[in-house]
Amino acid sequence: MEQASFPGIAKIFSSPPLRITLITALFLIYPFLVSDYFIDIAFYFGIYALLGLSLNIVLGEVGLFDLGHAGFYAIGAYTTAILNTKFGVPILVLLPLSALAAALFAYVVFSPVIHLQGDYLLIVTLGMGEIVRLALINNPFGLTGGPNGVFGIDFPSLGAFLVVDSSLEYYFLIWLIVGLTILGLTRLQDSRIGRAWNYIREDETAANASGIDSRSYKLLAFVLGAALAGVAGNVYASKLMCVSPESFTFWESCLIFCIVLIGGMGSIPGVLIGAAFISLFPEIFRPFAMYRMLIFGSAMILMMMFRPGGVWPRKRGAVQYESLLGDTGRADV
Amino acid sequence: MHVILEQIINGLTIGSFYALIALGYSMVYGVLKLINFAHGDFFTLGSYLGYTVLVFGAALLTAHFGLWGALTAALIFAAVSLALVGLIVERLAYRPVYPAGRLPAVVSALGASIFLQNTIMVGWGPRFQAYPSELIPNVHLQIGGIHLSLLQILILVMSFLLMGLLYYIVQKTTFGAAIRATAHDRKTASLMGININKVILFIFTLGPALGAMTGIMVGMYYRQISFTMGWNYGLKAFTASVLGGIGNIPGAMIGGLILGVLEMLGAAYISAAWKDVFVFIILILVLIFRPTGILGEKVAEKV
Repeated sequence: MEQASFPGIAKIFSSPPLRITLITALFLIYPFLVSDYFIDIAFYFGIYALLGLSLNIVLGEVGLFDLGHAGFYAIGAYTTAILNTKFGVPILVLLPLSALAAALFAYVVFSPVIHLQGDYLLIVTLGMGEIVRLALINNPFGLTGGPNGVFGIDFPSLGAFLVVDSSLEYYFLIWLIVGLTILGLTRLQDSRIGRAWNYIREDETAANASGIDSRSYKLLAFVLGAALAGVAGNVYASKLMCVSPESFTFWESCLIFCIVLIGGMGSIPGVLIGAAFISLFPEIFRPFAMYRMLIFGSAMILMMMFRPGGVWPRKRGAVQYESLLGDTGRADV
Repeated sequence: MHVILEQIINGLTIGSFYALIALGYSMVYGVLKLINFAHGDFFTLGSYLGYTVLVFGAALLTAHFGLWGALTAALIFAAVSLALVGLIVERLAYRPVYPAGRLPAVVSALGASIFLQNTIMVGWGPRFQAYPSELIPNVHLQIGGIHLSLLQILILVMSFLLMGLLYYIVQKTTFGAAIRATAHDRKTASLMGININKVILFIFTLGPALGAMTGIMVGMYYRQISFTMGWNYGLKAFTASVLGGIGNIPGAMIGGLILGVLEMLGAAYISAAWKDVFVFIILILVLIFRPTGILGEKVAEKV
């Protein structure tokens, strides 16, 4: 009976139990085997994993194109930075607040445009992302510090006895959050909400006809995705101790978009692989110096040639992505 | 009154840059439903190739063909090279992923963009390059109280000629009809005997060639170029093509010009720092009230 009340958790720990245990163990042991430099790389892997998971809700589960996700990330980071440096609010208190701020922004801004389809929604998200970044550069009310950003953000702490201030502690903080997020999202995938999202992705008209309020479900996806990106922004801001608009460019949104597509839309292990690719690849190829981004670009093209559905596409019975992927047909018809 | 006219003319100048780049996005989008993120980098590469011709070949070319000869040579060289680059990129990066659909093609396009951008960085170095500015005499004309530079007039004339040429090709020739038919309904077009692959190859030569010539004009107008500028111009041009109605050729031109004028008027009368915000807000408002853009047709989504 215990299992029946927690089917999602049970599923994670029972279906491939060995794999999950091994991966968890690897993540726990890893930081004790390597230098701080590699722990930091794994930290940024965690940040990208969280951002990928947050976009995966919007892009993977509901199939909405969002190329402005860095905007939500920026709002989370700046909420943390401003409230911490100006009013001294502790970082851990700001964690939910940053999520809330990003979610609220997503709700207010996307309510009027959520009916737009496909590429038109994409251009609106892109515009929103750019507006956020440009607004940060323009330093409204002297809050955001213009192009230089905000400096001197605190470490997260629980009173005096637990202060997160080393690479190791940040590593555990971000991966704890990522782990909890994965647990939550796995539960969500199989829930009523997750099924409604997938239904909308596969066929919105049919979903509406079956009584799914697609507007609210799409907004919910944006709000949740934004909240998670806001959390990523909070951790990122306190780790770097400063935030500047440069970190939240259109380019960043594109990278997050690629994480989901490279990994496989809607697939949580896929998103982790995508995040690993984006964050680790430039580090591994560091010896190639100037040429590493050339290799990176080529690798992206090659991956899409050989695994167009992503490295680890989601397998779930009859759920297929053809309706999304097959819009254009082939060039040589 | 004169000030506002001057601002509008400045707006039309940068608007024509956006329009020419937007045409490349719009043609590709119309036929393939693909947002060609590498297009901004075609434009940058064209600008750098033109720069090389003008800097290293200028003395030789000017001696033999005069000033205009050198400029024409740069434009033609950049356009032809970029037409080739466009074909190569289409062949290597896009054609293998078409069958998988549109989302993998987006990643592939981003990959191609990173590749091109870093090729430029490796080739010319990461610093800004100063564009040779002494080529066009710095003459200012006054027409009815409006100040105009010779360069600006040249740019306006040239971009309107190019836009006119493209409009003619797309709207009046048989090949243009094939492009429009393919954009409208690819399957039916191919059943009517249109060679879709030829259409795709054609738009991938024409778009980058136009982008390359725009790159040279931008270089001469702003006098400096950087290897990352393709992103900014690409983003604005893509916005312009959505504003006009994406996939629609006259729409892309009108969208670009409107975007340029709005940007200049916003900079002059609202705030220079907030002009881009202003542009994106207008874009979002247009999409809320007219979701298919200014000239876009209502296309029923496949159920």
